[in-house]
Amino acid sequence: MPLPPLDSPQWHSPLRAFAWGMGSVASTVLTLVLFATYLGIGALAHDSQFSLGWVLGSTLLVWAGPAQIILISTLGSGATAVQAAIAVTLSAIRLFPMVVSVLPLLRTPQTKRRHLVLVAHFIAVTLWVECYRLLPQVPRARRIAFTHGLGSGLLIVCLAATALGYGLAANLPPLFAAAILLLTPLAFLLSTARNCRQLSDVLALVLGLALFPLVSMLQTGVDVLLSGIAAGTIAYGAHWWRGRVRA
Amino acid sequence: MSEFFGSPQALLILVIAGFLPNEIWRMAGLWFGAGVDEGSELLVWVRAVATAILAGVIAQILLQPPGALASVPDGLRYGAVAAGFAVFILTRRSIFAGVVGGEIVLVAGNWWLG
Repeated sequence: MPLPPLDSPQWHSPLRAFAWGMGSVASTVLTLVLFATYLGIGALAHDSQFSLGWVLGSTLLVWAGPAQIILISTLGSGATAVQAAIAVTLSAIRLFPMVVSVLPLLRTPQTKRRHLVLVAHFIAVTLWVECYRLLPQVPRARRIAFTHGLGSGLLIVCLAATALGYGLAANLPPLFAAAILLLTPLAFLLSTARNCRQLSDVLALVLGLALFPLVSMLQTGVDVLLSGIAAGTIAYGAHWWRGRVRA
Repeated sequence: MSEFFGSPQALLILVIAGFLPNEIWRMAGLWFGAGVDEGSELLVWVRAVATAILAGVIAQILLQPPGALASVPDGLRYGAVAAGFAVFILTRRSIFAGVVGGEIVLVAGNWWLG
């Protein structure tokens, strides 16, 4: 379903732009990956003893797959709210540059900051990638309405997948429930590997996987935080050192 | 209703440990975003730590699996993820093909082991 040309009268109505945004959810394979991811999140929440309303609330309010996985698995394995909050905060810093880089695509001279609050909430990796792909095909004056539609469409898909994953984990035989739970590590490992842009990203992924089993033997209660900060800092150090050697 | 949402404490933890830590960074981007260089050294470190934390959580789910995943033998769990990664590389980084490949190995392996 291609979008209408930039000068088409179809773009005159903001409501129509919202609908085109919502419809664009069907135009990307990332929607399918997101659906699988949220099936896994729903199943993980079920098997970590959270309620259905709680995990639907987390999809609506947190709206970031990695943060939800970290929140559910740290709380589920007995961490305190403060420990979970620190781990989630560190994982969420990457949203800051995403918001910063997307907003110039949406602003017009008439745009007030409050018009962009909902767009900022919808920013997560999938919407961010899709904004770069789709917004150049949307007239600037309709981009906010279009992005609201796109974000709402993705949210509906993810809420449905969360509820479905939760229900499947509760009702399927153990083998299939296990298969749905495996979606989470698989989908996140592969999408993180795909997003690696430089040496520091690759090293952070590999060291992060390798250090966790070692740090978890210490039984600190903040294993994920410790191994993540250590592995990430070593990866950054290698990146910095390589830059110096080259210079 | 309380069964649907769980305890009020659980919802409060969702807001404090889930919603606020994410929303703060989004709103900071909206308010203070102008003038931050996307390639700056600080952001390279931040991205590396965020990636490593997520990698640690992936390792945690595989090593200390929740619920039904714990019923799958350890070797098969690791093997399924390794197979998924191999398919991902062989298909020129298709996430979809990698996920399907890993899932097939898990289900087929478990069925074969009985």
